Amino acid sequence: MKTGNKMELKFLSLSVNEGFARLCSAGFASQLDPTLEQLSDIKTAISEAVTNAIVHAYRNEINTIIMRGEISDNIVRFEVEDRGCGIKNVDEAVQPFFTTAASEERSGMGFTVMQTFMDKVEVRSNPGRGTTVLLEKKIERVDNSDLALS
Amino acid sequence: MTFGGQAKNKKMVRLSGELDHHSAAEIRDKLDQIIAKTAPGVLVLDFSEVTLMDSSGIGLVIGRYKRLKAQGAQLKVCNLSRQIDQVFQLSGLYTIIEKL
Repeated sequence: MKTGNKMELKFLSLSVNEGFARLCSAGFASQLDPTLEQLSDIKTAISEAVTNAIVHAYRNEINTIIMRGEISDNIVRFEVEDRGCGIKNVDEAVQPFFTTAASEERSGMGFTVMQTFMDKVEVRSNPGRGTTVLLEKKIERVDNSDLALS
Repeated sequence: MTFGGQAKNKKMVRLSGELDHHSAAEIRDKLDQIIAKTAPGVLVLDFSEVTLMDSSGIGLVIGRYKRLKAQGAQLKVCNLSRQIDQVFQLSGLYTIIEKL
């Protein structure tokens, strides 16, 4: 049973930090011994949340993104928080293909991807004050105790 | 990114690395240069060396699809990993782009 581990990371809303955030999330989740597929799922979802903060929340400025992680039993939770423009209508924003940056070849599929690869996605937003995206994934452990060693 | 020619008017481009918002701009520019320079009838994107793609890649692919379609050309894809294939499926890209 894994309990009580937490981390908090702050970084600038630079696109180069999207890969950095992905690696950190994978590194943190690794203590639950996930499969490569599960790690890929987590990295992709984190990539979406961080990119949303960079492209939409902090549209024309460089500011701080906070990524928090928590492990409890076999569940890993992440929060990606920004203090940007916020979302006026969250229900509308999470709809597939909705984007506020269509002219930049944005697909509007970020939240859909998060929902596909994570078990739980929650969006809390306050227009003018910022947004926090909560992502949760359960890592089922494979019991290798009956494997024979040769 | 590597570039190769095959059957007449069919060009293949092998993408590599992680396809995200950070890398999309550079990849887009390079693909557009290849499209402008070679005017392919079919452009095939090989994803065998792409280790991750998020929804920024969806926008990139759709943008290239539209550009090629405007020229009467086709865009196809091949060698997608499980994760990238899933991103293509949930975005509906396979309704307009053929997977080889």
